[in-house]
Amino acid sequence: MGQTSDSAPKRTPLYALHEELGGKMVPFAGYAMPVNYPGGIIAEHKQCREKAALFDVSHMGQVVLSGAGGPAALEALVPSAMTTLKPGKARYTVFTNEAGGIMDDLIVSNAGDHLFIVVNASMRDQDIAHMRSNLAEGALSELSDRALLAVQGPAAEGVVSQMAPEAAALSFMETTEARILGADCRISRLGYTGEDGYEISVPEDRAVEITRALLAHEDCAPAGLGARDSLRLEAGLCLYGNDIDAETSPVEAQIQWLIQKRRREEGGFPGAARIQRELAEGPARKLVGIAPEGRAPARQGVEITDQEGRAIGRVTSGGFGPSVGGPVSIGYVAAAEAVPGTKINLVVRGKPLPAEVVALPFVQHNYKR
Amino acid sequence: MSIYFTEDHEWVKVEGETATLGITAHAAEQLGEIVFVELKEAGESFEKGDEIGVIESVKAASEIYAPAAGEIVEANGSLGDTPGALNEDPEGAAWLYKIKLSDAGELEELMDAEAYKASIG
Repeated sequence: MGQTSDSAPKRTPLYALHEELGGKMVPFAGYAMPVNYPGGIIAEHKQCREKAALFDVSHMGQVVLSGAGGPAALEALVPSAMTTLKPGKARYTVFTNEAGGIMDDLIVSNAGDHLFIVVNASMRDQDIAHMRSNLAEGALSELSDRALLAVQGPAAEGVVSQMAPEAAALSFMETTEARILGADCRISRLGYTGEDGYEISVPEDRAVEITRALLAHEDCAPAGLGARDSLRLEAGLCLYGNDIDAETSPVEAQIQWLIQKRRREEGGFPGAARIQRELAEGPARKLVGIAPEGRAPARQGVEITDQEGRAIGRVTSGGFGPSVGGPVSIGYVAAAEAVPGTKINLVVRGKPLPAEVVALPFVQHNYKR
Repeated sequence: MSIYFTEDHEWVKVEGETATLGITAHAAEQLGEIVFVELKEAGESFEKGDEIGVIESVKAASEIYAPAAGEIVEANGSLGDTPGALNEDPEGAAWLYKIKLSDAGELEELMDAEAYKASIG
């Protein structure tokens, strides 16, 4: 997934703090990132569901697209409506390729006089090159001097708003500039856990200080990549490289809600022919939730068979769901087998294990609408 | 009574005719929180190096390999319901198997406690 390099992994501005907090550092998307802290993945997962967890997501790419023509130009690369994205609002979308597959998923925020875009760490170089070659000369600039913090969980509002009162007034998918400890930050009410929460873009030279202040709140504790993955999996949120990639379309991935009516009708984005056809006729395969009947986790790559033993798809993400209290998987199955309640088998270590297609998410989203 | 250790981070404690097999505290620590254990049943026999079970943590799946040829006398069935016990007491109550060894001499190739400790640094 993404580019790997023989050189030493890069460090985010919070690297030393992760080590101080006992983070177990692992290479991820070219960065040394904490997979968990001494409390462990399950405790960090539950911390996020019950109170608030702080994740360092500074490895993700932060980009500014300037110019009045930015939103219209960006519409040539993504199937979502950008010209109608109001100031202070954020929208989830994908870069599509000519075959209708997904090049990456991203969040675009209308920051008033520019668009603020966050892309995946592993795809940052590809995405920036893609935007540079398709958007106006000089319109794009990468914010390489910013860190990104995610504070997620039902207590996130209390944690963040004690330092930036504006945060409490935001609804889900809204964004604002704010000062935290005197530093210019951007606070957006969104995330990747299924919980209420924020992502906060901060100056890298203030990142440690701001993180310490957030962690000083009694309801907030650090969490690593392990909990981030189990939280997003239970929330049914796609991971680029696992659940969505250059082959899968947004319709197959069941994120066609990100394509607004005008864009469905007009097209004008890469791969529109396939995507419009799948919207009209239905895709051949769909991403579904899968609940194994037993206790064995079914992880990425596990083959999915129907009741007669015929191969109908593969698991794209799977593992143990701490809030579910058992194994959870998501994967693609033939459209005819995608109805919740359909009995399927997961071939784990050569043995077909019974499972059932279920509606996503596994854990209800808890967004502040 | 002798205790041996394998490169796969398992321990084997020999007591007379039978041996007890488990994973080391280091292995449990590295795996992280264990959420699933699948063991073979009593009566099954195996060769040295055979896969005789699976342990899964929140992070990954890890196979259990037979340290020597033998037969399963008893599997620790309680681990199916309480896999987390492997994080609590992997070198004690959360043993995996009681086994009857075909040739106890095979264990001589394994590490003793001192060598194992050195191997994990």
